[in-house]
Amino acid sequence: MKAPDFDYHRAETLEAALALMAEEDAFALAGGQSLMPMMNLRLTAPEALVDLNAVDGLAGVRIEDQRLTIGAMTRYAALEASGEVAEHAPLVSTALPYIAHPAIRNRGTIGGSCALADPAAEMPALLLALGAEVHLQNVKGARSVAADEFFLGLYETAREDDELVVAIQLPVASKRQRIGFHEITRRHGDYAMAGCAIVATEDLSEVRIAFFAVSDRAVRARAAEAALAGTSGGKAELENAVAALSEIDFAGDMNASTHTKRHLAGVALRRAWAEVMA
Amino acid sequence: MTGPLTIFDKPNSYIGKTVPRPDARRLAEGRGRFVDDKQLPRMVHAAFLRSPYAHAKITKLDASDAATSAGVVAVFTGADLVPHVEPYVGVLTHLAGLRSPPQHPIAVDRVRWQGEPVAMVVATSRAAAEDAAEKIIVDYEELPALTDPEAALAPDAPRLHAEFDSNLAWERTVDVGDVDAAFQLDGVTTVEREFRFGRHTGVTLEARTALAEYDPAEDRLTFHYSGQAPHMMQFIFAKHLGLPEENVRIVAEDVGGSFGIKIHTYGDEVATAAAAKLLKRPVKFVADRNESFVSDIHARDHIIRARMAVTGEGMIAALEFDDITGIGPYSMYPRTSAIEANQVLNLTGAPYEIENYRARARVVFQNKNMMCQYRAVGHPIAMAVCDGLLEDAAAAIGMDPVEMRRRNLMGDDSYPRASAAGMKLDDLSHHKAIVKLTELMGYDALRDDQAKLRDAGVYRGIGFCSMVEVTNPSPMFYGVGGAPIASQDGATVRLDAGGGLQIASSVTEQGQGTNTILAQIAAGVFGVDIDRVRVKTGDTEATPYGGGTWASRGAGIGGEAMLQAAVALKDQVLEVAAAILQSSPDKLDIRDGHVTDLDGAERMSLMDLARTVYYRGNELPPDLKPELIATRHYRVTEFPFVFTNGAMAAHVEVDTETGIVRVLDFWAVEDCGRVLNPLLVDEQIRGGVVQGIGGALFEECLYSEDGQMLNASMADYLVPMAAEMPDIHVAHIETPTKTSVLGAKGAGEAGTGGAPAAVMNAVNDALRPLGASIWQMPMTPERVLKALGVV
Amino acid sequence: MSKMQSVSLTVNGEAVTATVSVRKHLVDFLREDLGLTGSHVGCEHGVCGACTLEVNGAMVRGCLMLAVQADGATVTTVEGLADSGRSDAIRAAFAERNALQCGYCTPGMLASALEYVEAGGTADRDAIRAHLSGNYCRCTGYQSIVEAISDVISGEVDA
Ligand SMILES: Cc1cc2nc3c(=O)[nH]c(=O)nc-3n(C[C@H](O)[C@H](O)[C@H](O)COP(=O)(O)OP(=O)(O)OC[C@H]3O[C@@H](n4cnc5c(N)ncnc54)[C@H](O)[C@@H]3O)c2cc1C
Ligand code: FES
Ligand code: FES
Repeated sequence: MKAPDFDYHRAETLEAALALMAEEDAFALAGGQSLMPMMNLRLTAPEALVDLNAVDGLAGVRIEDQRLTIGAMTRYAALEASGEVAEHAPLVSTALPYIAHPAIRNRGTIGGSCALADPAAEMPALLLALGAEVHLQNVKGARSVAADEFFLGLYETAREDDELVVAIQLPVASKRQRIGFHEITRRHGDYAMAGCAIVATEDLSEVRIAFFAVSDRAVRARAAEAALAGTSGGKAELENAVAALSEIDFAGDMNASTHTKRHLAGVALRRAWAEVMA
Repeated sequence: MTGPLTIFDKPNSYIGKTVPRPDARRLAEGRGRFVDDKQLPRMVHAAFLRSPYAHAKITKLDASDAATSAGVVAVFTGADLVPHVEPYVGVLTHLAGLRSPPQHPIAVDRVRWQGEPVAMVVATSRAAAEDAAEKIIVDYEELPALTDPEAALAPDAPRLHAEFDSNLAWERTVDVGDVDAAFQLDGVTTVEREFRFGRHTGVTLEARTALAEYDPAEDRLTFHYSGQAPHMMQFIFAKHLGLPEENVRIVAEDVGGSFGIKIHTYGDEVATAAAAKLLKRPVKFVADRNESFVSDIHARDHIIRARMAVTGEGMIAALEFDDITGIGPYSMYPRTSAIEANQVLNLTGAPYEIENYRARARVVFQNKNMMCQYRAVGHPIAMAVCDGLLEDAAAAIGMDPVEMRRRNLMGDDSYPRASAAGMKLDDLSHHKAIVKLTELMGYDALRDDQAKLRDAGVYRGIGFCSMVEVTNPSPMFYGVGGAPIASQDGATVRLDAGGGLQIASSVTEQGQGTNTILAQIAAGVFGVDIDRVRVKTGDTEATPYGGGTWASRGAGIGGEAMLQAAVALKDQVLEVAAAILQSSPDKLDIRDGHVTDLDGAERMSLMDLARTVYYRGNELPPDLKPELIATRHYRVTEFPFVFTNGAMAAHVEVDTETGIVRVLDFWAVEDCGRVLNPLLVDEQIRGGVVQGIGGALFEECLYSEDGQMLNASMADYLVPMAAEMPDIHVAHIETPTKTSVLGAKGAGEAGTGGAPAAVMNAVNDALRPLGASIWQMPMTPERVLKALGVV
Repeated sequence: MSKMQSVSLTVNGEAVTATVSVRKHLVDFLREDLGLTGSHVGCEHGVCGACTLEVNGAMVRGCLMLAVQADGATVTTVEGLADSGRSDAIRAAFAERNALQCGYCTPGMLASALEYVEAGGTADRDAIRAHLSGNYCRCTGYQSIVEAISDVISGEVDA
């Protein structure tokens, strides 16, 4: 199938891009690794595309005030290759090889994944676990939204239609940060059947757990976090945490019922937690 | 002179040697010649509007907006094509009782599956055609969708076709021996299971593609075809578009995978040809991936209740099953949709000594995409049912599954003979194959490892399959029932003036290496370097008449025809050489492009000989009438099919928490008769095994209850990919078939036919200590978890 | 009619200027407008990898990029990889191992393989398999492809 027709604008500055986003019922075109398939399948038919690929300054990783700022147009491949990301956001480095395939990671962007909010995508869950902030901007101004308040539902976020995601900000990981990541997929690089990302302090006083591919969006598991935070993280506490997963509003799909998702989330949690404790 | 014995060991022989394919080098440079690579002057593009409903009446169809949409050349509805296309019916007389109503390329007033063409738009670009298709307004009155074949058989079920008294398309039973008595015997153990085989489809990477051009001056249709059976398509287009058969030319150059998908009559392709004729312009149609899923034929989709009785000594006392399969709303034309069920009845249990055998198959109309023959037709089902029950029974009586096979497999010295279902068998080697297999895999050591790992909570399993494969079919497969499908194939070998060979064959190349094998045979048998052979296949205007490629027949039938043609040409050339050299043909040979003495001393080059014949005939004796071209045809006569056999084993690990099955290793021992090119055969088997693993673990066309295909994209329909596939170890036994000089049987479908059974048995072997088992394919994580009682 | 824009790019070392429909993806442009039919289309939703080709030094899905987005870019297709000799060794290995049957996946497969080899990938079979995880091949069963790549890495091919 061929994409329906549209107007195409290549923006070269952020201002120009924002102006185009304001003017029309336009879609940002980032890596195109989700938007183009949807257009080629005629599942979506934007009036206009605002291509962000040539916009100056939207890509790149930098450290400021103990925060790691990642430009929205930073591609997965760049994140994978980034020493800063490996050092300051090891969870992201750990998870990247599981996202799609090399050729997709050569184009796909962190901002695109964030804006899309696919419930099965890794990145939104990573951002939840890391306590990230999403920086948004439109012609009227800029704002930032905590990841916890950003992912609102199935492909639904706090972003207004005319806003662009311009950057993602993460707290710099302490050297002793513990992380765990596990996803259950039938084939390498596929969207997961269930996945879990965990960030904890060395003493387990703070634990953040997020899931993907189990609900209509990436979700925090706060009751499970509470079951593990401040404990020794042993088997009993872990099982309490697994039991606490019933707090999640599980959603089944073609390949796994709600019940199966609930089960797989528990498996993913146990396996990710084993990495936390390793 | 050129006795058949010498061709396998004479100096120039390529038979049995690994020869890389020249085609491979060309394709790797990006120099493929696929149908969509062709652009013709004034060419226009077709797109189809397809039914969104599984079953509905079309109450209104308004294409006026579409007709005036930018770039549109024409819009055709089903009714528009009725005067131009004779409907087709997918029945064959040897499948007694099979019925199916006439089919139109585009639905006329009723749609019967989601994806059925409803209208065709022809425009200056594919994008413009799609834009216009979206503007066609169709009102549908939805009708109840019959999707479940069992429900469709209920006496009060609504009927899909008013002209028939039920939704049953065909039924066949086989009853041999005394099955009831055997199940009652003292001391027999009976195992009974319900098997479910999911629907899957071919997912050729190159989608179906058609480019039709029509020349009104000569009333001539040229159809650039991505497919396997050019002459069959020639007949079909001629008959249904009302053209003289010789005025239809089918050209198939490179084909991006076929596997039985591209050998049927598809409405969209017929409509494309019709549109080219009506518009007098070249029309191209390329199925997009979504269309492929809802219109390429599907396969499998069988529900089978089966039981087996075994004696205390592990001998199979009886086998019985009942098979129901849904085939979609019509029987596919011209091969029919009853063949898979027929094969299941014919092949189940065929490797074993079984005296009491009863089976029934019912083939049912339903509102899903059509089903027909896809790689290894019926085999994966037949093998999984029998070998699944056999390993189940082995476990029940505490016998090793290999030992159980040793006791039941037909003796290697017991041929010729017949199977329980009456199949004529010869030249098989089941026992040799299973012995070689267990050596190849290190069976005993694997069992030891398995036991140790189980103690550590790791669940691995080993599963086997002993199988037969139908290859080299005779006219008894299709032709006998009235199908326009040739079972014989032809080959032509011509010596050109430069001393090289031009060869042509009616079998076709889809990547399996046919062209290379034909060149090997011609070069070796005739006596030239393989680089001096040019091969032509896939063009009804330039090759002899024949069936093309299906049922693993290219090497065995096409190859034998080529062998015979090369032998004939050699005799003809030596006769000329003898005249020129004043020798006698039985004192001469052809080696490395030269006429030689029997001891190899060169007497004259083939180029010299050919140039003499073509340019300087004055130098030849006047009564010599040289023919430097020979054509031969070959068909199998003594047997309906030439069966091959194989033994396969899978080693799997089941993650009992996620339900994910990983195939760790796979072994296949194949007896395809004479191996013509080990590299190509091994690769055919590997590719086939991976397709079989796909069917066992990943692939399934999922439908909603109302007949919507839910996963019609490559993101959702899971094909096997590199990271999950094991290395596949292949070995051979060579028992040449006596039906030909070449001795080659087929090998193209074995892996796909045998692997699912081996994988299923391995999974069940892994699950056995947990008291669980699974009999449904694909064995998805959720199904495994359900079998384990975890979810 | 479709909206058009003009583009200038370098394709296989040659400068190309063309006017393209903005809706047209890069592979259709290469195939239909430039006659570079080596790149194939297998799904147009990014999954099969048949369209994988090189844009500005990175292997990407040609079906998920618009031709207009390639304005100013350097594009290399399977034809260019062969002409420049860059794919000599890998092509020789593919032929030797019969790592292609129908050849429809091959252009994309070669692009992915070359990316792996040129980045200094190891001959580890699992790593090779993981790198190819986004390239579908229906014919080969993948093993011969893995072997061809590992042959190249371990220097067992003469181009
Ligand atoms: C075969 C395949 C497999 C994949 N597997 C995975 C996987 O396993 N896990 C996974 O997470 N993803 C996967 N993806 C998706 C891939 O990661 C996408 O790249 C990603 O989800 C979206 O990023 P993008 O830059 O390509 O966004 P695009 O496709 O360009 O855009 C996505 C959406 O976000 C909007 N958008 C993009 N950027 C912005 C912005 N800066 N501001 C506002 N709106 C914006 C667009 O308008 C569009 O609606 C896969 C894709 C493919 C083709
Ligand atoms: S055609 Fe681009 S990935 Fe399939
Ligand atoms: S060789 Fe046919 S798809 Fe790979």
